Amino acid sequence: MLMAREFDTAMLRLYRQGKAFGGVYSQLGNEAVSVGSAYALDRDRDVLFPMHRNIGSHFVFGQDLDQLMVNHLAREGSQMRGTDGTGHYADPARRIYGNVSHLGAMIPVAAGFSLADQLRGITTVSLTFIGDGGAQVGEVHEALNFASVHKIPLILIIENNQYAYSTPNSLEFACERLSDRALGYGMYGTTIDGTDVELVYATCLEAVERARRGEGPSLIETRTMRMRGHAEHDDFSYVPKDLLEDWATKDPVETYITRIVRDGVMTADEVKALRETTLATMIASIDRALERPWPAPEEGFKNVFMST
Amino acid sequence: MQMTYLEAIADAMRHEMRRDDRVFMIGEDIGPYGGAFKVTKGFYDEFGAKRIIDAPISEAAIIGSAIGASLNGMRPIVEMQFMDFITNGFNQVVTVAGTTAYRWGLPVPIVVRGPSGGGVGGNPFHSRNSEAWFAHATGLKVVCPAFPDDAKGLMIASIRDDDPVMFFEHKGLYRKIKGEVPEGEYIVQLGQARVVRSGTHCSVIAYGSAVHMALAAAEVLSREGIDTEVVDIRTLVPFDQETVFQSVRKTGRALVAHEAVLTAGFGGEIAARIADTAFQYLDAPVRRVAAFDSPTPFAPTLEQAVLPNAEKIQAAVRELCNF
Repeated sequence: MLMAREFDTAMLRLYRQGKAFGGVYSQLGNEAVSVGSAYALDRDRDVLFPMHRNIGSHFVFGQDLDQLMVNHLAREGSQMRGTDGTGHYADPARRIYGNVSHLGAMIPVAAGFSLADQLRGITTVSLTFIGDGGAQVGEVHEALNFASVHKIPLILIIENNQYAYSTPNSLEFACERLSDRALGYGMYGTTIDGTDVELVYATCLEAVERARRGEGPSLIETRTMRMRGHAEHDDFSYVPKDLLEDWATKDPVETYITRIVRDGVMTADEVKALRETTLATMIASIDRALERPWPAPEEGFKNVFMST
Repeated sequence: MQMTYLEAIADAMRHEMRRDDRVFMIGEDIGPYGGAFKVTKGFYDEFGAKRIIDAPISEAAIIGSAIGASLNGMRPIVEMQFMDFITNGFNQVVTVAGTTAYRWGLPVPIVVRGPSGGGVGGNPFHSRNSEAWFAHATGLKVVCPAFPDDAKGLMIASIRDDDPVMFFEHKGLYRKIKGEVPEGEYIVQLGQARVVRSGTHCSVIAYGSAVHMALAAAEVLSREGIDTEVVDIRTLVPFDQETVFQSVRKTGRALVAHEAVLTAGFGGEIAARIADTAFQYLDAPVRRVAAFDSPTPFAPTLEQAVLPNAEKIQAAVRELCNF
């Protein structure tokens, strides 16, 4: 969670310094969801289809920090060769398949990945995510219904972080809880506090177990607050300040640190040392990434097809 | 053996499904019912529910799940009940499938196939020729067979191809066109045009149903002493421009014909490439015969009026030869 937090804050700094370009999508406030859910999977047999606010899940699935940094900054060595950036890469060896910018488009793809193994008699759980805005895309409906009909081991987390770009929940949907929709698909659904990493983990673990028993997909709505704008160009002045202040008291990283110090899992000094190490690791990784050249222009002409 | 165009497509898919257990099919009503056009008749009995998957009416979920399965080592064939309904799965094809090789370097070996085209009283929603959209999209191969043997050979090549293939079958040809089709394994590589009628006065470059219109026109014109060459490009992407240029260099005249609407159709691309590369061989401007820029209408009188046909091709060839 600290890695996720520091990665995000590093990207915000790089954006301000003009060293990161394009969209910088922060997951500040969402760390417990992406980290807790990914831990519930078996990274040797399951598969991760992260969205743009799930950087924590990449680390849980063993992604190398330097590789992530190079990918985000589109330098030579990027897994996308500079054709795309952010977390949009795929890493089949680590069982990570990134998103595209069209929200919801990868949910049927995640379902299909598990379907392939289902045809082979293997249960591979796919974990993927969508937002409170993206959940209104038609493909999400199609994918959930399809997954439920075919009992596909898919877990969809709807990260309800209150705003879809500038649009509040009230203008995105009219149901009380987004997980209520699960009933209509004939699948399990629940809504939980998305700032509590252990709760997220336990809820997802149950979903994984259901999926392994052949009981099909689960829909989990996590309630959080998007603590930054849609991306860093956005000043999110449309979000009431007191709302942000309220949610700041529930910061998923800080509340969890308080809890583990209280429970004696780590001492305050150990946490402090860990914060410092994490920050230093991040800075060193950024330096290495920025030393790399831009990808060669001719990369732009390659690989439109696998074969011609 | 003699097969219809439809039987040849089924034969190709059956051959590949027997040969390679990574190949499966997904679509609407393709299981026990055998598909709206009965292309998959008997498939469910032979291959079972796991490999012939009846999906809900959810084109995006169908295509998207096929993409996901292909990322996990399978080689799915997707049936669109009518190619018109591809609009409901357009995002999956264009945004996801067509960009994956470029972004990820990973193959998406899916074939999205189904009946397209008009001339059968299908109305605006069961008649469209949308192949040009996908030729413009990047990252997608686009196949439009005109003959049973090509339909089989190109289908097998498409299933074995590592890129996403849009396979446009013409529903008007399904049972109308019959021909000799090689048994067993028969592959026609994508990206190879075929001269289906040799001639010296004018080249008609066509694909799909327009090839048959061009051949019918050429018969009539031959009686008038006009010797027409007909080139069937067979695949839009990859596009075998060399065979087209070779034909135009020989005849000095080029007419491009397709059943799809004129504006921004693939014929414009073919015409532009001829103008770019074979200009000095041309004795007349490059002309196009295509559908009027409208949805395909329902009533036979309207539909016949807006679609191209052999007579319109004859008239255009005569004009070019008298230029």
